[in-house]
Amino acid sequence: MPTKISDILSHFTQGNSSELIPILQAVQAEYGFISEESVYEISEYLNIPSSKIYGVATFYAQFRLQPPGRHVINLCTGTACHVKGSEKLIPVFEQELKCKAGETTKDGRFTLNLVACLGACALSPVVNIDSDFYGNLTAGEIKKILRKYK
Amino acid sequence: MATSTKLLISKPVNIWMNDEPMKVEDTQTILQVARNHGIHIPTLCYLDEITPTGSCRICVVEVEGFPRPVPSCSTFVKEGMKIHTNSPKIQAIRKVIVELLVANHEMDCLYCERNGECELQDLAKIYNIRDHRFLGSKRQNPLDQTSMALVRDPNKCILCQRCVKVCDEVQSVHAIDVTKRGFESIVTSAFGKTIHESSCVLCGQCVRVCPTGALKERDVSTEVREAIDDPNTIVTVQVAPSISVTIGEEFGFPIGTDVSGKLVTALKRMGFDAVFDTVFGADLTILEEANELIKRITENKTLPLISTCSPGWIKFMEHEYADLIPYMSTCKSPMSMQGAIIKSYWAKNQQIMPKRIFQVAIMPCMAKKFEADRSELVNDGLPNTDAVLTTRELIRAIKKFGLDLKSLPDSKYDDPLGESTGAGKIFGASGGVMEAALRTAYWLVNKKNLEHLEITQVRGIEGIKRAKIQLTPELTVNCVAASGLKNARIICDEIRAGNPNNYHFIEIMACPGGCINGGGQPRGMDLEVIKQRAQALYKLDEQYTIRLSHENTAVQRLYANFLKTLGSNEAHHLLHTHYYPRSERRH
Repeated sequence: MPTKISDILSHFTQGNSSELIPILQAVQAEYGFISEESVYEISEYLNIPSSKIYGVATFYAQFRLQPPGRHVINLCTGTACHVKGSEKLIPVFEQELKCKAGETTKDGRFTLNLVACLGACALSPVVNIDSDFYGNLTAGEIKKILRKYK
Repeated sequence: MATSTKLLISKPVNIWMNDEPMKVEDTQTILQVARNHGIHIPTLCYLDEITPTGSCRICVVEVEGFPRPVPSCSTFVKEGMKIHTNSPKIQAIRKVIVELLVANHEMDCLYCERNGECELQDLAKIYNIRDHRFLGSKRQNPLDQTSMALVRDPNKCILCQRCVKVCDEVQSVHAIDVTKRGFESIVTSAFGKTIHESSCVLCGQCVRVCPTGALKERDVSTEVREAIDDPNTIVTVQVAPSISVTIGEEFGFPIGTDVSGKLVTALKRMGFDAVFDTVFGADLTILEEANELIKRITENKTLPLISTCSPGWIKFMEHEYADLIPYMSTCKSPMSMQGAIIKSYWAKNQQIMPKRIFQVAIMPCMAKKFEADRSELVNDGLPNTDAVLTTRELIRAIKKFGLDLKSLPDSKYDDPLGESTGAGKIFGASGGVMEAALRTAYWLVNKKNLEHLEITQVRGIEGIKRAKIQLTPELTVNCVAASGLKNARIICDEIRAGNPNNYHFIEIMACPGGCINGGGQPRGMDLEVIKQRAQALYKLDEQYTIRLSHENTAVQRLYANFLKTLGSNEAHHLLHTHYYPRSERRH
């Protein structure tokens, strides 16, 4: 059982709005994402309108507002990968997974993220799924790679 | 350099603006100094009395010695500053800013409601934007048409944040904020909820300040036109107290001119079958509400009594202070009372089947559209109000109909629901409901009228006005009138905390200053204009022969022939309502 949101909040000062980001980080660390319900609880605790919290949570790339899939795909769109045509791989992933970049598939199997650089430019274009890296990626391989993850 | 914190102690400083030496206070921003000296600096996101966001950058000026231009709205003057507000460099920068804003803009100006009265369009004109130097991507977000009152078109939004600031700082509703980042940025409610799902109270203050066509009312003028053109439908119209002193502004009359007579003529020429004055409904509200107040006081029932004429306030209360429902007056608003009477008493007298009547209300308000749609404001299966047009919609309709308000002759409202009093007229200003109700409450307990009818303590544009009014030697009523939901929140918190000021009677209006500054009124947020509109209403009150709601002879006849007594079963059936919680506190 994950820790209750109220227990997470009890580590922070009630009404201290400057603790919003650490709280969002703590909630995400526990649940893997920031749920609507948790935003309302944080809103009450810090006395910050939920619209403001949503504004902050959607501003920073680190926060997720939907539960992540069982497998997380990070497709690199950094400079080197971009030069090697990573842009053309995005629609292939989106079509294969039937979800947009930044979203999770309906069956909860995959989350597709675009990242700015994975630091593996020698392998460009590169994709990282969970702890695996696939370099010199071509559109034709994608279907086969995804099949490995259940 | 730039700071948004106001300095507490001011000291005089010497500056030069456009080579002119000036002695000014250092608590002023460059923009304020410029405006006080007749120097125009364009703005898009700035609003008086609101914390500057500095988000649009159109107000940039050059300060000698500073490495780059600074936003004048959020930069305070300092000793020795040499400021240039309109140098060739600044003009060039402003032009690029406008070009970049326009580059992402939807650019369907000819089809836009704001065509000809858009602040972005004005700037494009001033800075002579004649070609598409930059071609940016266009956003393709869906139009939010979920609300009965408010329509949001995010593709026309320039992210100036005026709406966000007004919702936060003036109304404390916090329904919206800027979310996401970069090109994806969009003003929405939490979790991208629609206006209908959100805690937006539809007060429309955001619409009044939006510089572009991103926020507007749901226009129902076509539905009204169709009803007028249908020979089987009797179309009645009622006009709210504040409209006659605001609508003239758009037709070249000085601010605060009362154009009642011309307005009635315009409405008749447009084809309305009967033109009524909502002031009649206001007088009716006063009788029922004053009666409710005196009853609650003398019978030791729940106090304070809180007024319920403002539908934005009602929605706010239902979202965030539903525990205060027992204090709310059960009286319907003047609009809904009048509608209920038109479809019963008036229909009966005219021998018209009530279901043939299409009842239109001209309101200074966007939330009235929501009120008209409330399922409990229905009598005998018919809604009290069928359509609400804001002042702005009526202005457009009059122009479309080819009427020049200025040259129209005067006409009178139709009897009997056109008879009005000064007491009902002042409903349009914050404190007016209270003043009118106290005049009648005094009469109810003393069977004679107040010597001086003016209750000046509850007049004026202050957000919270407190007064103690002695009705009898034993009975002093503690009153407070609040306008603007930020002020309403302060009063609501006081009631929650056990009503330490021992209020008996509370008037709340959602919009600052009341209906004269309503969300449906002509755009802009000028305090001086609001003051003049209020003064116009108080002046009219003095000119009325009848200044007391209980002396409205048409209202007296309505009771004698139809409703019987104050608070009778008939009155309860037609004139009273109830409220319900909407959700837990979730702004």
